[in-house]
Amino acid sequence: MENHLLLILPILTPLLFAALGMILYKSRTAQRTTAIIGSAAQVAVTVLLFRRIWEEGIIAAQMGNWPAPFGISLVGDTFSGIMVLTVAVTSLAIFIYSLADIDKKREHYGYYPALNLLVMAVNGTLLTGDIFNMFVWFELTLISAFVLLSIGNTRQQLEGTIKYVIINLFSSALFLLAVGLLYGIVGSLNMADVAVKLESYENTGLITTISVLFMVSFGLKAAVFPLFFWLPSSYHTPPVAISAFFAGILTKVAIYVLARYYTLIFVQDVGYTHTILLWIGGLTMVIGVLGAAAQYEFRKILSIHIVSQIGYMIMGIALFTPMALLGTVFFVVNQIFVKMNLFLISGIANRLGGSFELKELGGLYKNYLWLGVLFLISAFSLAGFPPLSGFWAKFTLVYAGLEIQAWVIVGVALGVSLLTLFSMVKIWAFAFWKALPEGHPADTRDYQKRISTRDLILLAAPVVFLALLTVVIGVFPEYLYAVSERAAEQLMGRTEYIETVLQP
Amino acid sequence: MLTAILVAFIIAFLAPLIVRVAKDYSGWVLSILPAGLFTYFMINYGEVGRGETIRETTVWLSGMDVELAFLLDGLSLTFALLITGIGTLVTIYAGGYMKGHRYLDRFLLILMLFMASMLGVVLSDNLIGLFIFWELTSVTSYLLIGFNNEKEESRSSALQALLITGLGGLALLGGLVIMGLAAGTMNISEILNSGDIIRDHPYYMGILILVLMGAFTKSAQFPVHFWLPGAMAAPTPVSAYLHSATMVKAGVYLLARLNPAMGSTEAWFYLVTGFGAVTMLTGAWLALVYTDLKRVLAYSTVMALGTITMLIGIGTDYALKTAAVFIVAHSLYKGALFMVAGSIDHEAGTRDVKLLGGLRKLMPVTAATAAIAALSMGGIPPMLGFIGKELVYETALNAGTFSLVLISMAVLANIAVVASSAIVAITPFYGEEKKTPKHAHEAPASMWLGPMILGTMGLLLGVFPSLADRSLFSASTSAISGVETSYYLSLWHGINLPLILSIITLAGGLTVFKFWNSLRETKAMQGYGIALGDTPKSIYESLLNGTLKFARFQIDVFQSGYLHRYMSTVIGVTVFGAAITLFLRADIVWPEYHDSVSFFEVTILILMIVAAVAAVVSKSALKSITALGLIGFAIALIYIQFSAPDLAITQILVETLTVILAALVLVKLPIPDVVDSMGTKLRDGFIALSGGALVTVLMLIILQGELNLELTEYFGENSYVVAHGKNIVNVILVDFRAFDTLGEIIVLGVAAFGIISLIKLYMNDKKEEQQP
Repeated sequence: MENHLLLILPILTPLLFAALGMILYKSRTAQRTTAIIGSAAQVAVTVLLFRRIWEEGIIAAQMGNWPAPFGISLVGDTFSGIMVLTVAVTSLAIFIYSLADIDKKREHYGYYPALNLLVMAVNGTLLTGDIFNMFVWFELTLISAFVLLSIGNTRQQLEGTIKYVIINLFSSALFLLAVGLLYGIVGSLNMADVAVKLESYENTGLITTISVLFMVSFGLKAAVFPLFFWLPSSYHTPPVAISAFFAGILTKVAIYVLARYYTLIFVQDVGYTHTILLWIGGLTMVIGVLGAAAQYEFRKILSIHIVSQIGYMIMGIALFTPMALLGTVFFVVNQIFVKMNLFLISGIANRLGGSFELKELGGLYKNYLWLGVLFLISAFSLAGFPPLSGFWAKFTLVYAGLEIQAWVIVGVALGVSLLTLFSMVKIWAFAFWKALPEGHPADTRDYQKRISTRDLILLAAPVVFLALLTVVIGVFPEYLYAVSERAAEQLMGRTEYIETVLQP
Repeated sequence: MLTAILVAFIIAFLAPLIVRVAKDYSGWVLSILPAGLFTYFMINYGEVGRGETIRETTVWLSGMDVELAFLLDGLSLTFALLITGIGTLVTIYAGGYMKGHRYLDRFLLILMLFMASMLGVVLSDNLIGLFIFWELTSVTSYLLIGFNNEKEESRSSALQALLITGLGGLALLGGLVIMGLAAGTMNISEILNSGDIIRDHPYYMGILILVLMGAFTKSAQFPVHFWLPGAMAAPTPVSAYLHSATMVKAGVYLLARLNPAMGSTEAWFYLVTGFGAVTMLTGAWLALVYTDLKRVLAYSTVMALGTITMLIGIGTDYALKTAAVFIVAHSLYKGALFMVAGSIDHEAGTRDVKLLGGLRKLMPVTAATAAIAALSMGGIPPMLGFIGKELVYETALNAGTFSLVLISMAVLANIAVVASSAIVAITPFYGEEKKTPKHAHEAPASMWLGPMILGTMGLLLGVFPSLADRSLFSASTSAISGVETSYYLSLWHGINLPLILSIITLAGGLTVFKFWNSLRETKAMQGYGIALGDTPKSIYESLLNGTLKFARFQIDVFQSGYLHRYMSTVIGVTVFGAAITLFLRADIVWPEYHDSVSFFEVTILILMIVAAVAAVVSKSALKSITALGLIGFAIALIYIQFSAPDLAITQILVETLTVILAALVLVKLPIPDVVDSMGTKLRDGFIALSGGALVTVLMLIILQGELNLELTEYFGENSYVVAHGKNIVNVILVDFRAFDTLGEIIVLGVAAFGIISLIKLYMNDKKEEQQP
């Protein structure tokens, strides 16, 4: 298949299936079927894309055949390739989980098309090589996220949604402002072209100032300190499948964008910008994990903890060495499915135990050993315990930091991971180990039968799959390591990206 | 060796299935695994005993020099034999102890996983490989301590052990990575062979402190020794295996392993000897404060771990030899005594010595076992424990400047140990028979076999030290010191100072034992228990609670829940970040304007300012929205002024629609009038103004530069010729950048469809409400 086809298909496939879903909105079965087929097709397409990138290096395509920098370029490098692949695989897991998790009402009112369009927006953000085009995908992300968050109509949900939308809207507006200013300087929107043109621009301080605007905008989307507050107030309210998708993927896309901009475009004053990033990374780690330590609700712990992990990813970008970026790529990919899986598990725990509140839960280890094992795998992976994938993610970052004597941030990172462990073990001790509170209805057989075996399989299958992925990557880290290594090389090496996009 | 460990892991996962088939014989059946591994290691005994080493390497993650590399030398063989040998006996014991337990399958699964991990720790020849197994032992230990998971005490003890060893683990990770980076390799043998590279490295102190944090937390050294007695919440087989014979020795194992690369510096001597000696003395006497058998044994384990640490710290040839012997002696007798305590608990229903007495007749075999093991613990000939204690005294006497301090501490500590041995072996079994919660009778074979064998081993090695001295002990010592060593051990050294000290110790210990009941109740002893046993634990607890308190506090600060405050923060951060950067990093050149500003422009400007002020000042939401609409129209006028009629038309349409829609919403929704205090208004006004000022300044600076018109020119040239469109803007939208337009169309589509969903759901809900 041609490169341009491979690059556009991850964007068009979800669009196609979203459209199909809308056309078939009357039949619930048809919607469910198309959603799953579409998501599977998405996996196939991204596998092909990733293989091509792995074999050929960075590939680019010009939309409408207008040569760069005049049209819009799509670019696939190893980082974006592994990201779209991860998104495809994890969203398939979400779609399957949704079959048993999303109520009929939501299914009827366009849940699947909206989720498909969100996937499309995410893929667009990951594959575009154009600054303004990225803004368009940000908009689509926001509006589809809004629809997904709001169909449901509970009061609490709407309150969180409004915060989410208004703050993210500001982020987009700020991004647009920054794009405008940048365009005023270089007169170009193509990221590779902008990078080239900035090299000869003299007032680098001005660029640095504009880069701070971008930093705030992406920082909002990535939920970094001190701009993270929208996240813990909105992620725990929608159905589990939706919050799992958001938690797993959306903030990590912002990290991807941050990594892209701060390796390709804003490298004029690394000593300044990346030091700021390092501070942000450290503070974000600490604040997120403290939040998690203080919470006693399953999903709230997981939500605020996303913030902490974002800090680690920023640490890798900030340290700005090949090893550190390798760590970030590894960490991002690992986080997507580990964090997602924990959310999915929280949903099953809620179905089986009747609550998200740790105090009301209990006895899951006694009654559902399998769920306990799945939780332990994901939780210890999140806390960076070997031999699970999370260990390698933490290890590479720690190694990268120590390699360049960044003692403080490594110390913070290690200290924070102890509190991560504390938060995960807290869930374990309360929800799994502790006995059910006296007279809790979940203790009866009837209660356990409330959930049909078919539903349970649909809920558990994605969780088992993602947990297996954690174990497999943990035991055989070589593959993801090699991918991350090449992704980091390409990020740090800029020229391959620039030449591929701008070649006539 | 990789195969051995892998087999262990695989069989561990099969344990639940095996339990299902073997039922009450599970312990016996599963013990085949550790027994097989024990045999495997014994096969290598001869070769390793001759001072040879066996090595094998499998690359795990080549990019970071992580290998599954294994090394079998005297030190690792000693530990491997202890792990698999005691593992066999403990598995058999656990089968009896936990007979009929609902979760015997889970228990044995985790126990086997622990064993495999522990083997990994002692066999690893790669720093990171070692660390990975190290962490696995922490996790399995956590799961085993919390095995009685419905008890609050089990859960908090498990958490406490995990957090403390976890903290140490993280420090250790840092230390090992720095060490690997400093040495240029992660391979332990290579690091040990490359001599002084670590000792002379500028980061030596850092590495040392981090590694010691790892080792000390794992081996329960003062002041974190309290987690070990806490871990006694675990079922007794776990206490016998993990928390006395094997896992807690991982810390001292690490010190011994790294001694050739890190030892024999001053810092090493002071830190390792110091912490070890203090732990030894503290632990020994804490054992006498409590009447719970397991607690007594736990603190005496702390004492032993302190002793070994101290020995490695002293680091003389003699000290290291002593360490090699003491490790084995301690594992044998302590493993046995824990199992004895478990048997008493199991059969009599309590392990509080105050409630026990005269069990000798009811449990003769257990009583005999306890006696043999306690003799070794008390350091009485002809047991291996005696040799060990003599060696400790000999070492302390020859420790140079500090020998007087160290020997006094050692004698004092050992007096307490003699007393503890007597408490464990005499009190429950002799004296008048007491009525116990359960009517006691002899433990089943599965439960006395293990301790019996361990006790007997202590006796055998004491009487015939030649079984191991020239082979295993010498090879182990060689590995610790890094220098080829070979020696004999013997029980009888003639009448010398250590022997005299031993006699003093024995007499002192028995005296303490005689008055133990009253001594224990004294204020001094209770105060000692509170000061050194409970206080460190309460410090840990208040640290934890303090962190949690701070965590809750920061949530209130950073997540107030008010959107208004959030927006102020966001805009504030934006303006502050950009302004400070502009000030610090950029050359600000103010523009010079020569063009005169037209009357028309000034009018629009005034209009906008008035409207903006009105929007802010007005108390009615409706008025504010109208005023904002006015600003929009003024912008449209600017577009007209600069001859962009199409933009102006769009702007007017959008503004009109916005105002109308907003007004309609306001009619439907009773939004209360804004009542902000003056302070809030001023603050908001300041934030808003500085935001505006920032953008203005940035625009002014950027507009001085020449706009790069490459794109504009290209579009101008190609719009008609190539794209066949006369209106450049249209061609940009539908051709050059049609991909953007596709995205925007979808955005609008999603918005429409989201609104429809919301409305329909709302209508449906209403319908449902009306028809209950």
